[in-house]
Amino acid sequence: MLIEKSILEAKRQLGERIFQIKLFSPRIAKLAKPGQFCNIKVSESDFPLLRRPFSISNVEGDSIYFLFDIHGEGTKILSEKSLGDELDILGPLGNGFNYDGDYSTAIIVAGGLGSAPFPFLTSKLDKKKVVSFVGARNSSLVLTEDLLNVQAATDDGSLGFKGTVVELLTDYVEKNNLTSFRIFSCGPNPMLKALQQICIERNYDCQISIECAMACGFGICQGCPVETTNGEGYKLVCKDGPVFEAKEVKL
Amino acid sequence: MSKIDLSVNIGSLKLKNPVLLASGTVGYGNEISQLTDISKLGGIVTKSLSLKPRKGNPPQRIVETPSGMLNAIGLANVGVEVFIKEKIPFLKELNTTLICNIAASSIEEYVECVKILTSEETIQAFEINVSCPNVREGGLIFGNDLSSVGRITEQVRAATNKPIIIKLSPNVPKIADFAEIVKKEGGDAVSAINTLVGASFDIYTRKPKIKNVTGGLSGPAIKPVAIAKVLEIKRNVDIPIIGLGGIMNWKDAAEFMIVGASAIQVGTANFINPNAGNEIVDGLEEFCSQQKIIKLSEMIGSYQI
Ligand SMILES: Cc1cc2nc3c(=O)[nH]c(=O)nc-3n(C[C@H](O)[C@H](O)[C@H](O)COP(=O)(O)OP(=O)(O)OC[C@H]3O[C@@H](n4cnc5c(N)ncnc54)[C@H](O)[C@@H]3O)c2cc1C
Ligand SMILES: Cc1cc2nc3c(=O)[nH]c(=O)nc-3n(C[C@H](O)[C@H](O)[C@H](O)COP(=O)(O)O)c2cc1C
Ligand code: FES
Repeated sequence: MLIEKSILEAKRQLGERIFQIKLFSPRIAKLAKPGQFCNIKVSESDFPLLRRPFSISNVEGDSIYFLFDIHGEGTKILSEKSLGDELDILGPLGNGFNYDGDYSTAIIVAGGLGSAPFPFLTSKLDKKKVVSFVGARNSSLVLTEDLLNVQAATDDGSLGFKGTVVELLTDYVEKNNLTSFRIFSCGPNPMLKALQQICIERNYDCQISIECAMACGFGICQGCPVETTNGEGYKLVCKDGPVFEAKEVKL
Repeated sequence: MSKIDLSVNIGSLKLKNPVLLASGTVGYGNEISQLTDISKLGGIVTKSLSLKPRKGNPPQRIVETPSGMLNAIGLANVGVEVFIKEKIPFLKELNTTLICNIAASSIEEYVECVKILTSEETIQAFEINVSCPNVREGGLIFGNDLSSVGRITEQVRAATNKPIIIKLSPNVPKIADFAEIVKKEGGDAVSAINTLVGASFDIYTRKPKIKNVTGGLSGPAIKPVAIAKVLEIKRNVDIPIIGLGGIMNWKDAAEFMIVGASAIQVGTANFINPNAGNEIVDGLEEFCSQQKIIKLSEMIGSYQI
């Protein structure tokens, strides 16, 4: 983990409020692992005061990518940055996905902006079969770039299956009699909760990346607790996560 | 530049410079030391310790507010025993002044913690947190009561020879009265201020944004309040003051020293810029050299009113 002043090299608008940015950040790029995140200072002033956390979406040579949507003031400022602007980035933070092991199929389950970490993870899964279930409220919010074997699900049926990615997943596992697989997931809490329940019931091997409000992002403020299921109190999302075994935490 | 003397004294505690990192904003030093050189700082104050571990409040614990943040961490900490076993060995290597902050739910617990910890050589002073707004017992109940603060000071004083700093609550009508009683009961210094009680609601759900409903406000938003409190103490009581509240940079630090702080602490700023403390040390040194100040301590209480 380190702080790197990083130059904005490219910016693409992927939807009405969705952006991808590419930053020249060689030191962070070198250390980054899929599922880790960075805490970005979006302005040079004290407004907004806190950094904003974003998953590392991909790494390409000396550059890192982030994928985000305009949520409030901070992400709005970030979306207005120009090429050549310098951003103060703290990272890489947290523990990423654990994708080692002798399972044969990697299943990605993403909801909305939860697609963000998966291009990077996908790039490391070259020895596995990869399938990706990507969902959102409607087609304009389904983010599938750089993912493999994508099946989409939308709440309104405007793209792919009308329903949830969790239904797509269970269907797929049953139809193919899959036994050797691992699920990697990120997305809104209701989706993660539904997934978590299925995975616990059926004893699926599943890792989820979760979000919560953060101040520091590296373990010094104690502001980001998540309750553990073993009754031992809280873990910190920023330092112990953001990726957890699905059965390990209460959402 | 190197000729400028940055050292300050807090009673018998000598610091190589006045910049400390505040309790609850540096953990036990291990994470932040990866991002900044702690040995160049005046010292660090560790997260409030209680006798037994505390798991802290349920989420959500923090929310950003205009120029600040609210927190209700609930004093999540590892407890005295684990602190000694697992944290002290690392802290020992940091080569900086270590101030150990204690928060308890009873006077007996404060005394017990100090008694156990006082034999740890690495700890150079105690900061007694009588002002945490986020736990039901202890904390503010003590911090808002003059006689409790007096009794805690007196009894902790009897339990250790090390310097005792009492961390005061700003949530009181007259903070100078509290500094006065600390002095009378043998405390070496006061820290001012802890967080201000605040709350924030979501207008759509009509629910509080943090689970505890109220939390402690910190960050630039509270700096003018903190400056006024430090000044109030300085003008009324002859006791060393450690100033904090919203310090983001060296200018803020200088302002605190001018109104009477002998040392300062950096809190919320660490979350945003973990190197803020060192930048403040450099900034103060530069300021002294520009202002032809040879001893930084000359600046303490040098206000012109
Ligand atoms: C580990 C992690 C990874 C993330 N990755 C991405 C990503 O890749 N792409 C993306 O678009 N977004 C991601 N987010 C969410 C993103 O951080 C927020 O959308 C962003 O902080 C919003 O900032 P804002 O100023 O625009 O919104 P505002 O709503 O104005 O302000 C956000 C404030 O709310 C707090 N906050 C942020 N997220 C939450 C939350 N989940 N629950 C409660 N409070 C919160 C923040 O601390 C901040 O102070 C991630 C969050 C985390 C924790
Ligand atoms: C997340 C957080 C946790 C804190 N925890 C403690 C604590 O455990 N003990 C304590 O004495 N003060 C604690 N404080 C208060 C700070 O030490 C400091 O007094 C206050 O935040 C004001 O300074 P600042 O505006 O520079 O942050 C905490 C503050 C924050 C923001
Ligand atoms: S965000 Fe500060 S400890 Fe996790």
